[in-house]
Amino acid sequence: MSTASVSLPNWITYGLMPLLNLTLAFVISGLVVWLIGENPFEAVKLLLIGALGRGEGIGFTLFYATNFIFTGLSVAVAIHAGLFNIGSEGQAYLGGLGAALVALALDNYLPWYATMPFAILGAAAAGAAWAFIPAWLQAKRGSHIVITTIMFNFIGAALMVYLLVNVLIVPGKMAPETRTFLEGGQLPKLDWLMELFGLKLGAAPFNFSFIIALVMCVVVWFLIWRTKFGYEMRTLGISPSAASYAGIPYARTVIITMLISGGLAGMMALNPVMGASARLQVEFVGGAGFVGIAVSLMGRNHPLGIVLAALLFGILYQGGGELSFDMPNITRDMIVVIQGLVILFAGALEFMFRPALVRIYQNFVKA
Amino acid sequence: MTDQPAIELVGIDKKFGAVHANKNINLTVAKGSIHGIIGENGAGKSTLMSILYGFYQADSGEIRINGKPVNIKDSQTAINAGIGMVHQHFMLVENFTVLENIMLGAEGGALLAKGVASARAELKRLETDYGLDVDPDAVIEELAVGLQQRVEILKAMYRGAEILILDEPTGVLTPSEADHLFKILGVLRDQGKTVILITHKLREIMAITDTVSVMRRGEMVATRKTKETSVEELAELMVGRRVLLRVEKGEASPGDVVLSVRNLTVKDNRGVTMVDNVSFDVRAGEIVGIAGVAGNGQSELLEALSGIRQPSSGEILIDGQPIGRASPARLRELGLAHIPEDRHHMGLVLKFEEYENAVLGYHRDPKYGRGFMLDLDAMQADATEKIEKYDIRPPNPRLKTANFSGGNQQKIVVAREIERDPRILLIGQPTRGVDIGAIEFIHRRIIDMRDQGKALLLVSVELDEIRALSDRILVMFAGHIVGEKTAEAGEQTLGLMMAGIAA
Repeated sequence: MSTASVSLPNWITYGLMPLLNLTLAFVISGLVVWLIGENPFEAVKLLLIGALGRGEGIGFTLFYATNFIFTGLSVAVAIHAGLFNIGSEGQAYLGGLGAALVALALDNYLPWYATMPFAILGAAAAGAAWAFIPAWLQAKRGSHIVITTIMFNFIGAALMVYLLVNVLIVPGKMAPETRTFLEGGQLPKLDWLMELFGLKLGAAPFNFSFIIALVMCVVVWFLIWRTKFGYEMRTLGISPSAASYAGIPYARTVIITMLISGGLAGMMALNPVMGASARLQVEFVGGAGFVGIAVSLMGRNHPLGIVLAALLFGILYQGGGELSFDMPNITRDMIVVIQGLVILFAGALEFMFRPALVRIYQNFVKA
Repeated sequence: MTDQPAIELVGIDKKFGAVHANKNINLTVAKGSIHGIIGENGAGKSTLMSILYGFYQADSGEIRINGKPVNIKDSQTAINAGIGMVHQHFMLVENFTVLENIMLGAEGGALLAKGVASARAELKRLETDYGLDVDPDAVIEELAVGLQQRVEILKAMYRGAEILILDEPTGVLTPSEADHLFKILGVLRDQGKTVILITHKLREIMAITDTVSVMRRGEMVATRKTKETSVEELAELMVGRRVLLRVEKGEASPGDVVLSVRNLTVKDNRGVTMVDNVSFDVRAGEIVGIAGVAGNGQSELLEALSGIRQPSSGEILIDGQPIGRASPARLRELGLAHIPEDRHHMGLVLKFEEYENAVLGYHRDPKYGRGFMLDLDAMQADATEKIEKYDIRPPNPRLKTANFSGGNQQKIVVAREIERDPRILLIGQPTRGVDIGAIEFIHRRIIDMRDQGKALLLVSVELDEIRALSDRILVMFAGHIVGEKTAEAGEQTLGLMMAGIAA
């Protein structure tokens, strides 16, 4: 009870503490790498080169990071209102349906920049719709949002497989996926952006969604800290009793917040569906919704922190893939272990060093 | 009292970051005495006692128990050293019996039977020795608050406490329960136990202690023999300047009925009826006080009146118009403001910056931003204005609310609600945990509101406060209003009514 109430300067809370957590995660990962007989320093080198060494690697890193920014924002918005949305995975999956339907409908008639606003709305609406039922159940029936959103991930996955196998599949083909979108249904690659820095994008699917993601960061920041609704969200999130005292309607706030959260998760689908594969495929989300939870926690639920955390996880994804290619001993599963350690230390144990830091800081201030 | 003092604190010093909570505290508590410690909120009383009970470690200084230096590193060491603590909020398992609660943590072995038998015998002895009689097989939640407190004392005694620390023990008691507690403490002292009483109620200090120490801003500013001091001197020592202990107010001139309550029944979250068929009126230009021991329905009444809780039957009327199921936001529009009982959980969001709390409940007002946007500059300007007018310290609207002292936090709430210039003001525990200086200020504001012709409903468990401010007093017991008295009614009369004995 002695250290929890002491406040630390921001540079410790937001700088030093995440750095220490991250360092510890890497040290332990290094030990694991060493135990299976590989050189941990060599592994780090390969990982970093794989993720940041060439233009193509950077392109992939940013492509993954884009996914994580969307899902991270989705989780963060809900957390500010005290809601733990575990359903970003399923909401993103359904978002893919929204984006794909728009692309399939319009790609024949419109250029990409005209399709895009509708695709954004379609993806967001589908993601929001998938968040609505858990939100309504929480607001009106008190069903716990964590349980219902988890369940909706499963229902969403089953629904999407059914639709892809039975409805959206191209007749006569074996793969459960839609037809490839025409250029009017695709988001352009950002090779010009890479060239500004003298880098070649190569085959990396880094695309316009990244810009949308950054815009959404600003929008979310504005929503949370500059609007009346954001104020109500934060009041509810920190103190439900103060919210009821202040006359903030619980059900309405919960439902709108979850719609926004689901919408942001749904928009993640733009990146892989319209930016990379140009078609809707099964399981295209690939766990990005769950990574969003770690990204949001690590980024302290702030858009800027989320971008940084998303970049870190992008590096781990891309660099990890390259690493398992170069060091066959380090399998894809090992990468998952490393990511798991980062999530464990940066997310679940984020305040592990706090008591010690408080003591050191107090001694330092006293001296 | 020729032998060693029970407790000696020598040069105790404790800092929390930049806050110097205890500055070089020296304190000697004689064995077999009742020693009062008074001070405003944030003066460092609780920190000092927490150090003595092992919750915190002092940065420097020494604790001596019976003359021997002791290093109290946790509460177990404190218990072993013979120190027992009765917290302000009881630490009892509600659905256990008295006996089970007393044994908790001292069960003695894996099987219960033997421990139960010896605990029962020991309890019997404590009862006869100290007059602490409680039915050992009664379930805690069925006991009155005064008896629950007795169980807490028994718990400490069962663990062999020679020194008993009581933290604000009378806050939840009726006057007669408090008197009974003082009798018990007197017996304990006569049996050679040492009692430390932490309180901010000067009257209690005068009534029961042998010695009194005053703390102010982390320092021990004085220690007096109770016989040789006065309430006025102690108040001055606490605040550091002369204080007005009585509120001065003129005659009320009540106008039309503004707020009416008709046959109101309110249930709490468990579905228990807490307000039972209550009716009363509040007129413009008067303060109606609701006296009662905490938990007799006052909280639910306030929540129903402010729209937070929907009544299960009955009517609330403003200017003769039934409000129906109006939300708190709608009631604010009708000119009803509410200073809630619990500022930490209702009145404020402690993690917010001060200026954010200065608009809580009124944040939708166009004054604080057009459309869906918040105008941070306007909010901060507004907050700064209130900070100046109400002398909220530190005068920084960007400071996190949790970092203000209790008195200043309360001023943030009071400023917000009064500055809206409402026609009806509901006030719950306006000075709970607030220091004397701020109490004076808040009481003044409340009287000013009355004189401006507002209708005020005051709920407080502090009988003194009710008597000082109210023009009419309604006494609430077990959900009913058991009677109405004027402010001239004696404390004893009201006390009996609060206990449900006389009407």
